[in-house]
Amino acid sequence: MFELLGVSPQALFGQLLLGLINGAFYAMLSLGLAVIFGMLNVVNFAHGALYMTGAFVAWLLLEFLGVGYWPALLIAPLAVAVLGIAIERTMLRWLYKLDHLYGLLLTFGLALIVEGLFRNEYGSSGQPYQIPETLQGGQNLGFMFLPNYRAWVVVASLAICLGTWYTIERTKLGAYLRAATENPALVQAFGINVPRLLTFTYAGGVALAALAGVMAAPMVNVSPQMGSSLIIIVFAVVVIGGMGSILGSIVTGFGLGVIEGLTKVFFPEASNTVIFVIMAIVLLIKPAGLFGRAA
Amino acid sequence: MIAQAPAIAAIGTPRHHYAAFAVMVALAALAQGAFGIYPVFLAKVLCFALFACAFNLLIGFVGLLSFGHAAFWGSAAYASAHAAAKWGLPPELCILFAAFVAAALGAVIGGFAIRRQGIYFAMITLAFAQMIFFIALQAKFTGGEDGLQIPTNYRRIAFGFLNLRDNATLFWFVLGIFLIGFLVIYRVIHSPFGQVLKAIRENQPRAISLGYHVDRYKLVAFVLSAALAGLAGGTKVFVTGSAALTDVNWPMSGEVVLMALLGGMGTIFGPVAGAVVLITIEEFLAERAGAWVSVIQGGIFVLCVLAFRRGIVGELARLLKKPL
Repeated sequence: MFELLGVSPQALFGQLLLGLINGAFYAMLSLGLAVIFGMLNVVNFAHGALYMTGAFVAWLLLEFLGVGYWPALLIAPLAVAVLGIAIERTMLRWLYKLDHLYGLLLTFGLALIVEGLFRNEYGSSGQPYQIPETLQGGQNLGFMFLPNYRAWVVVASLAICLGTWYTIERTKLGAYLRAATENPALVQAFGINVPRLLTFTYAGGVALAALAGVMAAPMVNVSPQMGSSLIIIVFAVVVIGGMGSILGSIVTGFGLGVIEGLTKVFFPEASNTVIFVIMAIVLLIKPAGLFGRAA
Repeated sequence: MIAQAPAIAAIGTPRHHYAAFAVMVALAALAQGAFGIYPVFLAKVLCFALFACAFNLLIGFVGLLSFGHAAFWGSAAYASAHAAAKWGLPPELCILFAAFVAAALGAVIGGFAIRRQGIYFAMITLAFAQMIFFIALQAKFTGGEDGLQIPTNYRRIAFGFLNLRDNATLFWFVLGIFLIGFLVIYRVIHSPFGQVLKAIRENQPRAISLGYHVDRYKLVAFVLSAALAGLAGGTKVFVTGSAALTDVNWPMSGEVVLMALLGGMGTIFGPVAGAVVLITIEEFLAERAGAWVSVIQGGIFVLCVLAFRRGIVGELARLLKKPL
């Protein structure tokens, strides 16, 4: 095999894969954020906390009820969606007419509550979650070792992202959503229940976050702070990509994950900060974001 | 609009502001002298009060929500502790250096952040603050997880005669710094410059069409806010004796937002009230139920946003029918 700047291909492709996986999570989370922001005008700071909740629900299901990974992939997002409906109906609903900043402040408070509760109950150290049996092991591709679970995460998250894109851009429901984003009053006048659409959107967005949380559970320790560190990076991803376009969110998410992975190989000290540096550069060159419309 | 303060401010200082100011200073002095509250605790409250006032200058009077003010508070704390521990500078120079570092950082971060508005501004400041956190985590001069301590043999004498080892002296020293910062903010808000800031908050396109260089005004306000946050953070080091990662991490940014929100965003005295209440709650909980601090903070956030958006001083001002 070849050597590149003294980096072994195993390390290079390993980090590329990790980058793709991180990118998958950036994409799934920023997708949910973008859809929620588009409809509700709320930047959902609780997104990270609900991603963490999804992972914890999966862990709790396994630990106390013996329910495994595959059912959890369905149950955890549903549970978090119910939580999302409760949040939207009892709290967010009252903020739509106010300045957008209040939505951010409210969801920040919710994130503190959720994270604090889990930390009080389970401590800050992470809980391990087993990789499901069917996906244990891996393939030797010659130039690298590919764990089955990681391959599954990349493929599944891509499918989820494209499925979301299809739902929003190609179905009737998506058409309602896009129309209500542009002009809710008019859409309501056509007889579509916009308040319910808003509730549905929030529930769907946070369910997506919870699904990402379940998929992350076997790769990271399930810990209360796994969401907050991720959400801030996702915010930077959203600033870079702009929240205007669904495909843009997906491309930006995966792209930044890969760049972060490559940074880990060639300049490890900067791997934590590279996304923020890219954000600064994008703000200089194209302040509205790569796929954003000028505000 | 987020702030509740009236857009028209009278020229000159209204009499009730003198009264409120006198009450605030008298309460601080009484708390230390007559009620015998631990002076170090009071000094800590004053540092946070100045931090919250500096933050409020942006959200309340320019309409910019910075979610990354921990970057200025924290980096100033590190700068101050570094100047004291490594260079042996006297406290007043350490604090001055800290404010300067925070102002320089504010010029860089502010320069990027004002390129976007509204909710993006909040996300950008938060992201940059996280970057500063990662730098503080990895860099050698910050001491990583251990933080920076002020060594025991350091000469804690300010201006050559104020011995800061004496708790009462420390309190008066911090009160002096707080009052300087507070009066600077008061002056800025009520200056012609401050009037332009309010015009930007109320209607930015109109301010632009009137010929104001809106970006320049925003940047100056941002740097000023960062410098004052740095003044507070640099002073804090001499109260608690150390700078640590919690000073620069995102929950600190959230805390200062909460202080301003609880006290009343866009009021002059609100952030002080918010800081007093919040730090008192935290101090009270620290011994009894420390783990619940973040849950309770989150609860206060939710309650304030849903039902108490004017904050303590904002409600008071509404009852008195006078801007405070």
